[in-house]
Amino acid sequence: MRIGVITFPGSLDDVDAARAVRLAGGEAVALWHADDDLAGVDAVVLPGGFSYGDYLRAGAIAARAPMMRTVVAQARQGLPVLGICNGFQVLCEAGLLPGALTRNSHLHFRNRDQGLLVERADTAWTSSYEQGQTIVVPVKNGEGRYVGSDADLDALEGEGRVVVRYVGGNPNGSSRDIAGVTSADGRVVGLMPHPEHAVEVLTGPSVDGLGFFTSVLTGLVAA
Amino acid sequence: MPRVVVDVVLKPEISDPQGQAVLGALGRLGHGGVSSVRQGKHFVLEVEGTPDPAELRQIAETLLANPVIEDVELHLVPEAQD
Repeated sequence: MRIGVITFPGSLDDVDAARAVRLAGGEAVALWHADDDLAGVDAVVLPGGFSYGDYLRAGAIAARAPMMRTVVAQARQGLPVLGICNGFQVLCEAGLLPGALTRNSHLHFRNRDQGLLVERADTAWTSSYEQGQTIVVPVKNGEGRYVGSDADLDALEGEGRVVVRYVGGNPNGSSRDIAGVTSADGRVVGLMPHPEHAVEVLTGPSVDGLGFFTSVLTGLVAA
Repeated sequence: MPRVVVDVVLKPEISDPQGQAVLGALGRLGHGGVSSVRQGKHFVLEVEGTPDPAELRQIAETLLANPVIEDVELHLVPEAQD
């Protein structure tokens, strides 16, 4: 199974994301933001970083890149897409996920190991987990505060589209401790914390993050 | 050349920690009479020919602002003095 990892100008975690794909047993395929061909990959990861310097808003300019037009069209046909940190911001800016990420409530960049409660274990990217499981992966952001109108957040929760929620403290002031959400069909997932940094005991606080990548590979084999 | 000014500010229901930090600084400087600060963005576009209001609104709402969290206002400045 081939998982594409898109590199934008300013992406930082594309190499780690590709490594996580390989450790999970997949083939990582490097994709470039200015191309518009997905090279036949079976799923796509949008990595963390500061695409285009986050000059306008985090993820705003990357969301309009040629490759993203293809990703948006294919995601609407069911292509699994995972957005991590800046990738989550890109997915919200591209309209594939609801809400928005903005400046942390305390205005500090926050970098620490973070507990997450898995509330959805049936999406394309979280089927390797158990519902109600707590995992620990790094979080690192300055503009990670998930926001939306109360009506939008009520609708999101009513539809059960919160995938992971912060536990043991909210690192950025996100509404309702929301760390990650999914599309209505469970194929597109975005989260601020970094599962790709928790795939090896040598470098991560756990190997809890590997499940995101094994989930999509398992689903693709079964399909 | 016609000039278009686009002001973008977070919606009232979205908290603005940057504005609150500025408000705190104003208080420390003795400007206790300021009760609220909202920080936003100010874009100045120079447009060739006659600006198309529909196109400008599209520019403002699809790129310059994120309508999920931000309000946007457009102001046309017909005669730029320069």
